[in-house]
Amino acid sequence: MSTIPATQLTTAPQDTRRTLIEVRDLKVEFNIRGGVVKAVDGLTLDIKCGQTVGIIGESGCGKSVTARAILRMVPKPGKITGGQILYYRVPRQKKLAGSNEVEVIELTKLDPDGEVIRQIRGGEIAMIFQEPMSSLTPVYTAGTHIHEAVSLHRLLPLKTVGDQMVERITQYRKVTREEAREIAVQMLRRVGIPKPEQRVDSYPHQLSGGQRQRVMIAIALSTEPDMLIADEPTTALDVSIEAQILDIMRELQQTANMAIMFITHNLGVIASMADEIVVMYMGKQVERAKVVDLFYNPKHPYTKALLQSVPKLGPKTGQRLASIEGMVPDPLHLPTGCVFHPRCPAFIAGKCDRHVPNWVQVGDNHWVRCLLYEE
Amino acid sequence: MLNYLIRRLGYALIMVVLVSFVSFVIIELPPGDYLTQKVEQLRARGDRSAELQVEMLRVRYGLDKPFLERYLNWAINFLRGDFGESFEFERPVSDILGARLGYTVILALATTLFTWLLAIPLGVYSAVRQYSIGDQIISVISFIGLGMPGFLLALIILYFSIVVFNLEVTGLFSPEYRDAPWSVGKVLDLLSHLWVPALISAITGTGGLIRIMRGNLLDTLGQPFVEAARARGLKNRTVIWKHAVRIAINPLVTILGAEVFPSIIVGSSLVAIVLNLPTIGPVFVDSLRKLDMYLAGTCIVFLTIMLLVGNLVADLLLAWVDPRIRLE
Amino acid sequence: MAVATAPSSVSLVKKKELGQSYWDLVWYRFKKNRLGVLGAVLLFVLYFSFVVIPEFLAPYALENRSRYVEAPPTPIQFLDEEGRFQAPFVYGLERRVDQVKRLRTWVPDTTKKYPVALFAQGDEYMLLGLIPMNVHLFGLQTSDKDARIFLLGADALGRDYLSRILYGGRLSLMIGLLGQFLTLALGVTLGVISGYYGGPVDMFVQRFTEFLAAFPNIPLFMALSAAIPAFWSPITVYFMLTIILAFLGWGGLARQVRGLVLSLREREYALAAKSFGASDRRIMFRHLLPGTMSHVIVIATLSIPGMILAETALSWLGLGLRPPLTSWGTLLQDAATVRAIRFTPWLLWVVPPILLTILTYNMLGDGLRDALDPYSGRG
Repeated sequence: MSTIPATQLTTAPQDTRRTLIEVRDLKVEFNIRGGVVKAVDGLTLDIKCGQTVGIIGESGCGKSVTARAILRMVPKPGKITGGQILYYRVPRQKKLAGSNEVEVIELTKLDPDGEVIRQIRGGEIAMIFQEPMSSLTPVYTAGTHIHEAVSLHRLLPLKTVGDQMVERITQYRKVTREEAREIAVQMLRRVGIPKPEQRVDSYPHQLSGGQRQRVMIAIALSTEPDMLIADEPTTALDVSIEAQILDIMRELQQTANMAIMFITHNLGVIASMADEIVVMYMGKQVERAKVVDLFYNPKHPYTKALLQSVPKLGPKTGQRLASIEGMVPDPLHLPTGCVFHPRCPAFIAGKCDRHVPNWVQVGDNHWVRCLLYEE
Repeated sequence: MLNYLIRRLGYALIMVVLVSFVSFVIIELPPGDYLTQKVEQLRARGDRSAELQVEMLRVRYGLDKPFLERYLNWAINFLRGDFGESFEFERPVSDILGARLGYTVILALATTLFTWLLAIPLGVYSAVRQYSIGDQIISVISFIGLGMPGFLLALIILYFSIVVFNLEVTGLFSPEYRDAPWSVGKVLDLLSHLWVPALISAITGTGGLIRIMRGNLLDTLGQPFVEAARARGLKNRTVIWKHAVRIAINPLVTILGAEVFPSIIVGSSLVAIVLNLPTIGPVFVDSLRKLDMYLAGTCIVFLTIMLLVGNLVADLLLAWVDPRIRLE
Repeated sequence: MAVATAPSSVSLVKKKELGQSYWDLVWYRFKKNRLGVLGAVLLFVLYFSFVVIPEFLAPYALENRSRYVEAPPTPIQFLDEEGRFQAPFVYGLERRVDQVKRLRTWVPDTTKKYPVALFAQGDEYMLLGLIPMNVHLFGLQTSDKDARIFLLGADALGRDYLSRILYGGRLSLMIGLLGQFLTLALGVTLGVISGYYGGPVDMFVQRFTEFLAAFPNIPLFMALSAAIPAFWSPITVYFMLTIILAFLGWGGLARQVRGLVLSLREREYALAAKSFGASDRRIMFRHLLPGTMSHVIVIATLSIPGMILAETALSWLGLGLRPPLTSWGTLLQDAATVRAIRFTPWLLWVVPPILLTILTYNMLGDGLRDALDPYSGRG
């Protein structure tokens, strides 16, 4: 693995809160007819082990593209045109051997179909998608799906015959069909699917939407990944099922110290899930803060507007729900200056439409991109 | 599953009955066919033996009976294996068609095989490498394949083999094997001739099938489950073949029964006429031209039964590959 | 436009496209498809040459016989015997017995030279059936009544084969259009009615099309056209054949239209029209029919070549058009025998125009499908 030039070995102290993913100034562009769409423009964030980072924004703001960029799965004609995504990796074999040697892999430099990224995809960084209805291949059973992931990524120690203590087991083998099935049943049970011994042989069309999303989570977690990317995992589900799915994710995260990147446009969901939130608008991150800061002390006018558009219970009940003025701009012809200025209630003429705001720190781990907070 | 099977089988049976009825109508349709002509000729002679012959024909074909009775008579005889008489050859239809039926089936199967072996890999390549040079070349070739009816292609190949290479590509056997009993040598000889008409007939169907495969696969590649499979860390090749192609191929199975197989039967019949193969095709056209209607009608029934069987096989295949149908 | 798989940018692209009217967009996308545009242009040229002005393009009249039975093509010469450059001319033809092949052929008679001219005078004809003319695109400029130019050879009656191919195109190309027109009328009407009303009409249409689909189509064509009485006039035979083709061809179209109407009739605008009290007929033909048009156009374009081929195949087998009608199919009858291929291979020149026609229709149809079908963006 170390033959790949994008890889270098460093050592880090064991830390359950170590950084796992670091995105620096990421740019993703789609070269389509009529011009270039900057789907992600200058995104910077980091995700630590055991932490949940929420990414929130309207549809089309670049949050799904960001997730796919991490896995090097940006669909054509999209391209990563700038920035870095660093992955602080403890390879599976070393981890099993008890080592904490961290390799830094620059994901943005990997071959998107290469060996390394394929080990990471599904094995170390798993992803679940928005459409549970169509994210399972219709002709394969739930068990087959799990088997596929497990047989690729789960390694079991190869028993060596000997009477002395083996301190480091250096060889591993892939799981067998029977073991994979066992794992599949276990996983289905863990995500709360009734009668998992039977359901493991069910085809997707025999499962309900909620069950399918549970299966998706079971597939993703069956490989014991270090990070889970959840791209609007509950958007297509009923509210009651949504709550169950979120519970499962929270519970599994705690037991496995897994990082989660949680993408949604639902503020209520994100408040209950995330430790830290990134707000995106038209490909740019406009604010980043701890969840409490963001909800109680939002800085960016867009974030404020978003929060006001959430229905609330309390003293102000009875008022009309606020909405954000104006329309999402044409991504091919973004406004000059701050992209939010045509819709911004705090718009300053001659300033916001001329100057591009910088990413400035306004508090402890609280960043914002707005001219109101610049000198 | 059982329900599905019974339904498809019942459907096929009903179709056979209807088709046989229409075939009989066709048999009776042309004015001035062989039978009427013959009866008239015999009547014109007016002598005793002629009267007897007319009487025999009248009884055999029920000429004085109402239409429905004649049909039933014909249908029952058909089931017994008596397909009537070819007036042109003055032999039973079953004698004439006997061996040809087998070759027709073999040719159709070989053509189907070629069609799939060509269409699926090319279609997959074309979709996976969309807009690449290879895709463009395949697109052009499949266009030409679409536009190239087998019989014209057969003509062109015949032209090159005769005029340019001075070769013989007609027939299914070399002269020394034509009337020989079956042996390993004869089978090999058959195979060495069979691939030419099979490939020619396959080209037409292949063009369309490549386009369909390409389109289906492009649609499927955009499906979430393909992205999900890739996100599981599968190799690109596995994602494409095990997930995308596996799904994109399902509608192709239906098309195989509903469109490809019929066009193969028709196409290979016409190719067989050009290349003078011992299949049903040439006899059928000949019988129609001469209005030898019992022969022609029997040919239609057999061609249609082949089609229905092909459809049935495709239905079974679909149930086999698609759990959504199998487990219904 | 592979962006359709990009979850975040697809909606943006759609929005952009919706800014223009549907047909603007269709036109834009069609123009982008080079093969489609090429197909359209070639098709226009084909129809213009073979249907509108074949009399002008052909050097001779359809039935202009000569003594040059099965004469091979006469190439246009630019150099005389001494290799000097000259105005284009052709040599006369001379009967010769080929001792090796033991057959009689025609060889150039270098003593006779006939200059080739553009816009030469020749057989009388009526341009567009209206204007009497005798000027042809090209011909021989000579007073010798026996002189002939056979660019593609001559047939068994000594008729110029190029002229026959040009004239033959008219019937072959028109049968595709006529047949498709009938098919459209039948298929669209029955499809819309069966999709809108359902019930018995739908049952009938469904079962009948299924039934037709159970037959191998060309054999059924053949059987039906064999039943056309031999004593009917050629033109009646032509129309009967067209009707047979259409009768057996409408099923597929009707099914597609039915499926579309089934989904369209539940759309809000159809329900709205109904709630305003619009009549069934108005809803069907003013509101639902336009929604199916793009599909219908594509299906129609793509099925015309099938009709042309069906005619060609039938006539070739002696079951369709019969002489004296001249179509590509009847021409093929003379060309498609082992004997003809061996001794008069130039008769196969009828094949390229058939193939070209089919190819251009497919190119056009494919271009239209890509342009009209909103879901084909990726394909």
